[in-house]
Amino acid sequence: MISQLSWKVGGQQGEGIESTGEIFSIAMNRMGYFLYGYRHFSSRIKGGHTNNKIRVSTKPLRAISDVLDILVAFDQETIDLNAHELRDGGVIIADAKFNPTLPEGLQPVRLLAVPLTEIAEELGTSLMKNMVSIGATSAILGIPVEGFRNIVEDMFLRKGEKVVEKNMEAITRGFAFVNEQTGGQLPEFQLEKADGTKRLFMIGNDAIALGAVAAGCRFMPAYPITPASEIMEYLIKKLPKFGGTVIQTEDEIAAITMAIGGNYGGVRTMTASAGPGLALMMEAIGLAGMTETPVVIVDTQRGGPSTGLPTKQEQSDINALIYGTHGEIPKVVMAPTTVEECFYDTIEAFNIAEEYQVPVIIATDLALSLGKATVEPFDYSKIQIRRGKLLAGQELPEMEQNDQFKRYEVTEDGVSPRTIPGQKYGLHHVTGVEHDQTGRPSESPTNRIAQMDKRLRKLDVLAKNFPNPVLVDGPAEESDVLLVTINSLGGTTEEAKGLLEQDGVKVSRAQVRLLHPFPVEQILPYVEKARKVVVVENNATGQITNLLKLNVGHADKIESVLKYDGNPFLPNEVYTEVKGLIKHGDVQRISQ
Amino acid sequence: MATFKEFRNNIKPNWCPGCGDFSVQAAIQRAAANVGLEPENLAVISGIGCSGRISGYINCYGLHGIHGRALPIAQGVKMANRELTVIASGGDGDGFAIGMGHTVHSIRRNMNITYIVMDNQIYGLTKGQTSPRSAAGFVTKSTPSGSIEQSLSPVEVALSAGATFVAQSSSNDLKGLTDLIEKGIKHEGFSLINVFSPCVTFNKVNTYDWFKEHIVSVDSIEGYDPHDRIKAMSYSMQNNGLLTGLIYQDTTRKSYEALVQGFKEEGLAKADLTISEEDFQKLVAEFA
Repeated sequence: MISQLSWKVGGQQGEGIESTGEIFSIAMNRMGYFLYGYRHFSSRIKGGHTNNKIRVSTKPLRAISDVLDILVAFDQETIDLNAHELRDGGVIIADAKFNPTLPEGLQPVRLLAVPLTEIAEELGTSLMKNMVSIGATSAILGIPVEGFRNIVEDMFLRKGEKVVEKNMEAITRGFAFVNEQTGGQLPEFQLEKADGTKRLFMIGNDAIALGAVAAGCRFMPAYPITPASEIMEYLIKKLPKFGGTVIQTEDEIAAITMAIGGNYGGVRTMTASAGPGLALMMEAIGLAGMTETPVVIVDTQRGGPSTGLPTKQEQSDINALIYGTHGEIPKVVMAPTTVEECFYDTIEAFNIAEEYQVPVIIATDLALSLGKATVEPFDYSKIQIRRGKLLAGQELPEMEQNDQFKRYEVTEDGVSPRTIPGQKYGLHHVTGVEHDQTGRPSESPTNRIAQMDKRLRKLDVLAKNFPNPVLVDGPAEESDVLLVTINSLGGTTEEAKGLLEQDGVKVSRAQVRLLHPFPVEQILPYVEKARKVVVVENNATGQITNLLKLNVGHADKIESVLKYDGNPFLPNEVYTEVKGLIKHGDVQRISQ
Repeated sequence: MATFKEFRNNIKPNWCPGCGDFSVQAAIQRAAANVGLEPENLAVISGIGCSGRISGYINCYGLHGIHGRALPIAQGVKMANRELTVIASGGDGDGFAIGMGHTVHSIRRNMNITYIVMDNQIYGLTKGQTSPRSAAGFVTKSTPSGSIEQSLSPVEVALSAGATFVAQSSSNDLKGLTDLIEKGIKHEGFSLINVFSPCVTFNKVNTYDWFKEHIVSVDSIEGYDPHDRIKAMSYSMQNNGLLTGLIYQDTTRKSYEALVQGFKEEGLAKADLTISEEDFQKLVAEFA
């Protein structure tokens, strides 16, 4: 019996690789397994190798695995590119149609040539080869074919009973073929039974979009871009029910400025993009900071620079997000680490944006935004809407004609009362020019300092109140190594930690969830207690490493493990790299 | 009901004496009063440049944004609260150079807002460089040998982009301009009003007198029909883009807001932000 396994389906883009993975994983999720799926895809519509790697486990996990147990191949290229990942004794289910062969020098694996296309064609359409491959997989895992019925019904019942039955038959035939070949289920692939609990299965972008609806976001101007588009696509389907809408703008500058207009007008408005879009938005983010207009912006980081690797994993926008825009504004950069956090953090982002009247950037990475994971059901009672000092829908004290509402009143916490257009005694002017308390342009040096200090002061308050800016996992006492990450790498370092601990290394982990203002107080004690700090990040220049050094010092013991080939880290890669650093560093206890 | 005086504030504009923008400011104030607005129900969103300062000189809600982006900000405000009257304004550099993309797409989108361009055919605030509205051969600090680019016609661009309201006026004609702004505010959909608003400091060619001499009012054209798009285009071309008055209006098309699925008449800003547990669980169930 095994508690987890890794399954991958590969072929040409456009031939249903995604849906094969989808059907397989939804079915497993409904059985109560924990899933994590990561798609390898290209920036083109059809053609090009694509694969969907899915991990199934009886315990929560959120990283792709080092090894592969089962590979489903719709073409020889899939075998050639991926077979090396298979563990000893792993299985390839290949379409017999292309006469699959094993590459030379491969570890011992079992190749099952299954007439996937042939069976599908007998049933009416070659498209159903996906279903046949799912049946073939379930024969190896010993999962009853009927376990797939409800997902097949969900997907095809609107096309009629017949289509459902055809697809079920395709699964059954695939199952029967492999069952006969192997003489029954293979014991080394027998998965422990799942707990049967109902959980959700979604990508980070789904959670962000759902979080936005729950947060009361009712308007989203946005421009399509990988890997952010799912957010706008979800909201255009759902917002009309709540009276809101999505506008596909002419560019990202229009998206951010329209979002600023929406928030100024009193509606919780967001936009979402990736690096290239964020670059275009920078001037307007400065306007939001200067005019103290709340706005929520999602940056789903992908491979840069320029067009870079648009469909690949990277965490290289951090400097741009923190330091981008000219001049100095209060800005918040959040970095959720799981799909669950994407949901709750998005709600919090809207609250922070209004409470502190600042732009809030939610930074994810491609693996978090598009990686599909099992998540525990969301807690409705945790949804909170806090609008801070917004005075809307209430009577304001009467004003004379030439009086102006003190929209930029200097206050202790830096946050001023805010009104929205339409309110009788709330008239005020808003400008990106330096202004006085009523929003009138002013070049007075005293006023400049008062307003600048007022704006920047807001972050001091926020830094004290931000919920769980760093998640720490590990011993409270001294550790040999502290692994620091953001976004999706938390799951990878969690597994790497387990591997290091098997070697007797004392490991603690810190997942930084607030990149700006940097949570110095929260992370410093762990840095101090660690003999070595290793920042694991998906970029070439160590942006988080530098951020950490800048904020907490201890530069002499902080090192980086970097990967920027477009792929997420594997746990074993982190393990090996970290071990190398420890060995050559100051931790002497390790003997190997 | 508010009079035009209630749209005045005590701020002295930083425009040069004699600047065409004073007339535009007065015309907006008069038109706002004439159509029965209250200051709190008007939002003027402006760009950057001398003319961009206008949002601070009218007693209403005003936002002075960034260069070239008055229109998307204005559209965001309109979506947030369609009960507001939203006027976007700025100069020819703002609308036809850096912000041209937004101008064309705002016209296509056809939201119910009025866009007033103060067109002085030069960059004034940066002290005299060429604009997309400067004529070929026009000498400025950035075109010392005369501009070698063609000037564009806002009217013809708007017509070809599918505008539902295109008007042109001049700072010489306060009454006519006020009337056009009123019509623009009342128009369902996007209204573009390009105003020849002379820069008395840096443009010594396109002066008040020059415009008096060159502009051709549609009122002077016998049988002019502002509902005929092809003829509007043709007359504009025949008159070197110097046609004034209500050049084109399409009253058959609905505004963007009216076409958005599920979009209520009441301003979105007034909507309840909370989601019921039942609605929430329904959304969540799609991921189970």
